[in-house]
Amino acid sequence: MADQKLRVVHYINQFFGQVGGEAEADIKPFSRSGPVGPGLALKAAFKDQAEIVGTVICGDNYFAANIKQAKLECMDIIREFAPDIVVAGPAFGSGRYGMACGAVAEGVKDELGLPVVTAMFNENPGVEAYRKNIYILPTTESAIGMKDAVLRMAAFALKLSSGLEIGFPEEEGYLVQGYRASIVSEKTGALRAVEMMLAKLSGKPFTTELPLPVFDRVSPAPAVKDLKTMVLALVTSGGIVPKGNPDHIESHNASKCCRYDISHVNDFTGEDYESVHGGYDIVYANQDPDRVLPLDALRELEEEGVIGKIYNYYYVTVGNTTAVSSAVRYGDKIGKELREAGVDAVILTST
Amino acid sequence: MVKAIEKHGIPAVHLCSIIPISQTVGANRIVPCVAIPYPTGDPKQDLAHEKEIRRRLLVRALKAISMDVTEQTVF
Repeated sequence: MADQKLRVVHYINQFFGQVGGEAEADIKPFSRSGPVGPGLALKAAFKDQAEIVGTVICGDNYFAANIKQAKLECMDIIREFAPDIVVAGPAFGSGRYGMACGAVAEGVKDELGLPVVTAMFNENPGVEAYRKNIYILPTTESAIGMKDAVLRMAAFALKLSSGLEIGFPEEEGYLVQGYRASIVSEKTGALRAVEMMLAKLSGKPFTTELPLPVFDRVSPAPAVKDLKTMVLALVTSGGIVPKGNPDHIESHNASKCCRYDISHVNDFTGEDYESVHGGYDIVYANQDPDRVLPLDALRELEEEGVIGKIYNYYYVTVGNTTAVSSAVRYGDKIGKELREAGVDAVILTST
Repeated sequence: MVKAIEKHGIPAVHLCSIIPISQTVGANRIVPCVAIPYPTGDPKQDLAHEKEIRRRLLVRALKAISMDVTEQTVF
């Protein structure tokens, strides 16, 4: 292979493929031999180490509306070129294009077993959807960063195909995939933690070994105008369930969220209810589950007319080490059902 | 979970003991509670007094529900 150039196939959308804009976004994938559009810059970045043997072009709408089918069609076309490497994009901030690049890259990696790299803006939905499985390089939001993106993609593609080990995202410049890697360190965790804390206290830079996940925000819902007529629902991640845990909610990383009828319950007693939450001492909650989900005092407020009505069901899951994605799913389900049931507000307790 | 519920337009007040987690997760109305194993109780008190604590927390939660907020607010 010493004198032979690596064979590269480049995936781009209809716009960069010089077919047209939105009007042409429904075209099915097809190919051109050699580089097209941004492929010319990519070709220059590869210098004499690789050559772009073909370009696959597909309309963004066609791809986004038929992801499975479009992916298959692209794989067939890419396979015909017998490439050594595949490069997709850069897609910048374009959501559909980013999803397409991600899907193509995933297909190339999993189905063709070839090295592949793509690039897009870090908030492109393609990042969330595909980052775990493929290498995505960050780009600017608009095509203004084309030159730089193409240079980095070419360098990364060459490294991938060289078989050299790909290091951490910070060193190699790809977007974090969310994996933890074990490495051997000279210092114990305790020592590293104290050093980090000292650095933090003295205002010096330090790098965490466990970055916290970033959460998006939701705008506050408007206030309830009249408490006296509202329907209020109780929700808890504290694991309060009818005794015996009829639906077998797990004590950690719960796989479900359940609801139970409390229309005839005025007080959660330790005889009829219990906590199945792992990770905190449930003795107190088992003595009196109102300590986690305050039904008794809320019934009083209902009887006194301070609030209109307590919703007939309460919702429960266990928050202990439950994945954020699960919690979002449960919250979404609860919100939808409560909305449909005409509930005006929610009190959610967490342990 | 709080945030996902609120996405449906229902104000969801979060009663919890670890405020920074609630803030990181993105709850908009937060009421600090007693302790992790008993957010709305206190086994050191007698039952009547404990219920009173619970009631006070609920009244605070109701206040949070009845007030418009524009950013994360701890009540």
